[in-house]
Amino acid sequence: MSTLDSKVPEGPIAEKWTNYKNNIRLVNPANKRSIDVIVVGTGLAGGSAAASLAELGYNVKAFCYQDSPRRAHSIAAQGGINAAKNYQGDGDSTYRLFYDTVKGGDYRSREANVYRLAEVSANIIDQCVAQGVPFARDYGGLLDNRSFGGVQVSRTFYAKGQTGQQLLLGAYSAMSRQIGKGKIQMYNRHEMMDVVVVDGKARGIIARNLVTGELERHSAHAVVIGSGGYGNVFFLSTNAMGSNVSAAWKIHKKGAFFANPCYTQIHPTCIPQHGDQQSKLTLMSESLRNDGRIWVPAKKEDAEAIRAGKLKPTDLKEEDRDYYLERRYPSFGNLVPRDVASRAAKERCDAGFGVGTNESGEAVYLDFSSAIMRYGKEEANIKGIHNASETEIKELGTKVVEAKYGNLFQMYEKITADNPYETPMKIYPAVHYTMGGVWVDYNLMTTIPGCYAIGEANFSDHGANRLGASALMQGLADGYFVLPYTIGDYLADDIRTGAIPTDSKEFEEAEKSVQEQMDFFINNKGKHSVDYFHKRLGKVMWNKVGMARNEKGLKEAIEEIKEIREQFWKEVSVPGNANGINQELEKAARVADFLELGELFARDALERKESCGGHFREEYKTEEGEAMRDDKNFTYVAAWEYTGEPSKAKLHKEDLKYENIELKTRSYK
Amino acid sequence: MSATEGLNLTLKVWRQKSDKEKGKMETYQVSGISPDSSFLEMMDILNEQLIAEDKEPVAFDHDCREGICGSCSMFINGEAHGPGEMITTCQLHMREFKDGETIYIEPWRAKAFPVIKDLVVDRSSFDRIMASGGFVSVNTSGNTQDANAIPIDKHDADKAFDAATCIGCGACVATCKNASAMLFVSAKVSQLALLPQGKVEAKERVQNMVKQMDEEGFGNCTNTGACEVECPKGISLENIARMNREYLKSSIS
Repeated sequence: MSTLDSKVPEGPIAEKWTNYKNNIRLVNPANKRSIDVIVVGTGLAGGSAAASLAELGYNVKAFCYQDSPRRAHSIAAQGGINAAKNYQGDGDSTYRLFYDTVKGGDYRSREANVYRLAEVSANIIDQCVAQGVPFARDYGGLLDNRSFGGVQVSRTFYAKGQTGQQLLLGAYSAMSRQIGKGKIQMYNRHEMMDVVVVDGKARGIIARNLVTGELERHSAHAVVIGSGGYGNVFFLSTNAMGSNVSAAWKIHKKGAFFANPCYTQIHPTCIPQHGDQQSKLTLMSESLRNDGRIWVPAKKEDAEAIRAGKLKPTDLKEEDRDYYLERRYPSFGNLVPRDVASRAAKERCDAGFGVGTNESGEAVYLDFSSAIMRYGKEEANIKGIHNASETEIKELGTKVVEAKYGNLFQMYEKITADNPYETPMKIYPAVHYTMGGVWVDYNLMTTIPGCYAIGEANFSDHGANRLGASALMQGLADGYFVLPYTIGDYLADDIRTGAIPTDSKEFEEAEKSVQEQMDFFINNKGKHSVDYFHKRLGKVMWNKVGMARNEKGLKEAIEEIKEIREQFWKEVSVPGNANGINQELEKAARVADFLELGELFARDALERKESCGGHFREEYKTEEGEAMRDDKNFTYVAAWEYTGEPSKAKLHKEDLKYENIELKTRSYK
Repeated sequence: MSATEGLNLTLKVWRQKSDKEKGKMETYQVSGISPDSSFLEMMDILNEQLIAEDKEPVAFDHDCREGICGSCSMFINGEAHGPGEMITTCQLHMREFKDGETIYIEPWRAKAFPVIKDLVVDRSSFDRIMASGGFVSVNTSGNTQDANAIPIDKHDADKAFDAATCIGCGACVATCKNASAMLFVSAKVSQLALLPQGKVEAKERVQNMVKQMDEEGFGNCTNTGACEVECPKGISLENIARMNREYLKSSIS
């Protein structure tokens, strides 16, 4: 077991980044013109990185599997983006954002990275406004904020429930400007199939043109992976259908360590599963917890009656409702962090108080009735309506709630056919985000020189649990403000290298192995579709490596995933051919990687004999059922080195040092 | 409602091997579809069925399946994104259909959106229009002025936001009898023209974007308003009026 060097610069935490930037090597503008950079993925991280690198003068080649960079799944982020602007004057600061993020991550993130993230957060808002991102504003014309889970200030900037869309379209605009100038060559409908390593450095990729089916060789002086997270290893998640681990997994297999794969975020407020035909799950933004109250019936018989359709939630009196988050966590109430809220929902449903229509009754209520009345009264006062009737108040309040969350309510109604203004929403936790990812140092470089990982694809900033509205912040911080600096230090050595040839044996071998895999899938003629295997993998992951994990289940999961994988390689069936659009072939290659990642994921969860953040081991909990960390033995990043079989990966540890924040038991009570 | 009382449907689906070959409608049967399933989940079931029969599944664009990425693009029973207002294909649910119904499923049809395969079309013309001017020319240095330095009238900010919610799906083009892209282009022109940050280069932007739009082979706007009706995000025709004003202004000054 080796110890990893995170290359965190010396000095006080508040000065590290500034001092580092002052002393980092630069590449002069003329030399940048002869340096190529590949960026895989065009979400907030990849898109912002591609635009920034091109603005600096590098030649960028950007790749996305979608038909346009604007469709990357960052687009679906709803609630907001955090920034330590302290516009509300409620005591926010860089330090407080840093502190909240480290605490929210259950003390398993790297201090220096998180501080830098908090430090550049304010710039992101300035930058986005300059790009024409239409954030929500108040009547004075200034930017509005709201609160998110796990914090006690209002630092979340938003654009209704479409913040991710607006930020991504901002990054896409910046990219478009560079595409127009020819500084970014955009490869839509292209999937990275492998990374090419020459003399120990990442020097290019093999990409498949998804329209023609052709394999293409692309070379560069550095390769940046911004391909997002791997939540789809669970089959059902809030990720897009095409979201996958393949780019990250391919670099892992070529030498990049994969860190903390078991840290997964199960988001507490998603629309419950409707049945076996379900293809994906839909998130309801955390912002709803600003005003919505979460509850289940206090009596089991009421829960049973509701499940049987004999009782309506609106029939239950106040005293017959259990607002369990407010009860258990009075100081944070409905705004506890996601991991805490999810486990609490599972606890109530497992105990028989759930209100879902499926067999296990998996759903709890998210109720806006008190918010509607509260806002209604406020509006009546503003409008000078005295003695307003209850109906009038409700009407006024509904309008306020509609203005704040209208699109989310509408989305809910479209999916469930229930009107959430009249009856509480039903929600249940679902896989949403992966904190784990490719191990990177302070420069965001992986253990392959010249290969970088940014955004959700890396592991560094969120520890074992990510706070709401921090993913957008991290993606843009990495792409706009961190990578463009740190990559220069590496590329400074490449100013005389010249274009990287693509006829080397490394490119040839990489292309050949991809070709062989494609041929295998087409010729295999098995008896089951790709989804058949993906769904089975997802079931094992959800039941044994999901919200609550234990040693026995994890050991079984490792064996079961292995079996599914072996069967997949024998019996998978991919119709059609490889010479054109073949969506089953695309899926097959992605699921092949999920089947390996899943096993490593379970192994990582098995080795981490503690509960922290999104990783909950049933053996390690307090008497009250809260997660119990083991700081003495597990204050480290588990970075796995690929050795052939996923569960036989070699563990490397990066010890986490907390010099600016004291390790404490996380409490939201 | 449970899946056992599911829907039995006849599907007429456009099949086309590639952009070079001619396509035609094929007929398929699906059964046991849960009314709670989404339209695309119904398509998944059809595809699983085809794979089991060793036939090629129907290719279609889709990704987020929550109405925001703009990938999905089916013309269902003669309507972009099918029946229902303000929804994308992925947000359409099977409870909108009756047992025994026949459903016609076609790709977007427009000269500037050539079919690549089955229901998949090439919308890269939208990207090229964006690259011609759909941005504010500001570098991502992080050294811009403070975000609150210029207050923006809430009404303008809200209008800009409404225009900015366009998902670039192309339903407006597919619906328009002229296959015009005016709603798409005007949404971006409006968003940026309404904000002080975008005003600086408003003239060049509208000229360049309109020029590119014409070069891509989109048709002209004849104020029918079908685009607004079918737009899953409710982008308003007002944007087209605003773009026309911006265009005129930039042409004479």
